[in-house]
Amino acid sequence: MEQKFFHHALKIQKEQCIGCSHCMNICPTEAIRVKDGKAELFENRCIDCGECFRVCPVGAIIIEQDDFNKIFQYKYRVALLPAVLIGQFPEDIRTSQIYSVLKDLGFTDVYEAEHGVDILQESMISYTEKSENKPLISAFCPAVVRLIQVRFPALVDHIISLHPPLDIAALYYKQKLISQGINESEIGIFYVTPCASKIAAVKSPVGEEKSSITGVINMDFIFNKVYKSIRRGEYSDSININKERLTPEGTMWSLTNGEADKMNGRCLAIDGVHNVMDFLERIENEEIKDVDFLELRACDESCAGGVLTTQNRFLTVERLKKRAQHYEDARIEKTKKDIFNYQTYLNESLSLGKIKPRSMMKLDESMTEAMKKMRRVKEIMKFLPDVDCGACGAPNCQALAEDIVQERAAINHCIFVQKVFEKKGIIDWEQSHEIMKNIWGDEKFDRK
Amino acid sequence: MHFEFDIEAGDFSKVGFASSQLKKIMKQLVGAHKIVKRIVVALYEAEVNVVAHAYSGKVIIDIDTEKVVIKVEDEGPGIPDVQLAMQEGYSTASEKVREMGFGAGMGLSNIKNNSDKFQIETQVGIGTSLKIVSYLKAQ
Repeated sequence: MEQKFFHHALKIQKEQCIGCSHCMNICPTEAIRVKDGKAELFENRCIDCGECFRVCPVGAIIIEQDDFNKIFQYKYRVALLPAVLIGQFPEDIRTSQIYSVLKDLGFTDVYEAEHGVDILQESMISYTEKSENKPLISAFCPAVVRLIQVRFPALVDHIISLHPPLDIAALYYKQKLISQGINESEIGIFYVTPCASKIAAVKSPVGEEKSSITGVINMDFIFNKVYKSIRRGEYSDSININKERLTPEGTMWSLTNGEADKMNGRCLAIDGVHNVMDFLERIENEEIKDVDFLELRACDESCAGGVLTTQNRFLTVERLKKRAQHYEDARIEKTKKDIFNYQTYLNESLSLGKIKPRSMMKLDESMTEAMKKMRRVKEIMKFLPDVDCGACGAPNCQALAEDIVQERAAINHCIFVQKVFEKKGIIDWEQSHEIMKNIWGDEKFDRK
Repeated sequence: MHFEFDIEAGDFSKVGFASSQLKKIMKQLVGAHKIVKRIVVALYEAEVNVVAHAYSGKVIIDIDTEKVVIKVEDEGPGIPDVQLAMQEGYSTASEKVREMGFGAGMGLSNIKNNSDKFQIETQVGIGTSLKIVSYLKAQ
């Protein structure tokens, strides 16, 4: 049994899965195979980027959230919102309307996660000035942190080990309520997440024991609830919202260039998981030098393109830009915010523990064995067609060859090899029919 | 284990192919070992040299459980003064190559710094061959 390193928010629902292999082909870490007509996940390779969720045509991949009613287990129920949630709504909807529906839904407090930026930004700048591991990589996107652990283990020391704004906002809000005399066990902090990786980060945090966030609720669920109520005019007007506004930096932080624009030195922002992988390859080769800071985000247009967003990501970016311009003066009032009363406490809690490499690439723990396996992979590749058709249930020929040496597949899973075997009389057509049925399920061979 | 890769001279868009392949191989063999980065950086620099200066080149890699031996052989102009070329900052690269971000004169010295053993043989008008050895366990 392989040891499980990560909790995954992404789950494949076997009953719904039609074994179409779209997810297998898009997965950036080659974590998916098709077997018995269903997608299967290699859990330790999955980084919760959510690309599979995007492409699944039948909704068989779900993002497991906490039951909404869980919030009522707590007397104080804090909704922690990402700025991109506000960016989902059309411009004629006011923030106060959104907040008031959230209160109607049962939250006692509503707070925006990016207020944490006010505390983080300076510490990040001084961290990048002190550290020698250039380029430094932001720990903002949990999918990127996991990608580096799994695929680019040599780069883990480049990750800035400071908590992202979300954690800081959660810590602050909890401490604020505690200082009002409230018992910690009565406080539930629920993050409204735009993506799967943030859920995974809360459920099995990297670099710390336990997250300060109690639970996670998917953003599409909240958006639909809130938007429906507002459209129907069903919300109370007695609003008592937090008057503190996000600074322009906070509003823009989760978007592409949100961090890179604010750091010192030569800073680059890269979004989209395949772009990020390509760039990390080059960083690893030291092809790209003299970069001080890297903002890497798994989604195109960063969190505005999160898999749980419901609206067009470019419109979300546009709205947030307008909002940032509108709140230009919030920067001046920044230090008057309550969060600064907790600055010392928050700065002390800012550090993340060690982020460990979790290399999933090794063919074997023993190098001698790994070399044997690699030789076999090379041999097997001579028989495979290099077509990367995926008909074997693996994303490409190389992946099949590796699966074979790891005893997870057989060479006759390759449809080209089957043809050769049939011609040579090694297997007959019935056997090859059976092999394909074992991979893709009976149904696909029983069409009327 | 034995691997060979050709290097296409003059095409900077393809530079790094052999080092990327070696990186994949090493990740599968030893995972997150510190040595991987040094070997890959050394080979990448060597590839850049071949692409920039030579007419054609070849990378030959031999891996066993103790060490990685890389030979980079090219047919090219050779290096008239190896000692001078080994100095940090010394470069014969043209303005055009420098504009592309190459040719800062760190190549050969960087290869040496990232390897445990470094040998260079060169003949003017014929070519250059490098031998880089990296040990997997501290010697």
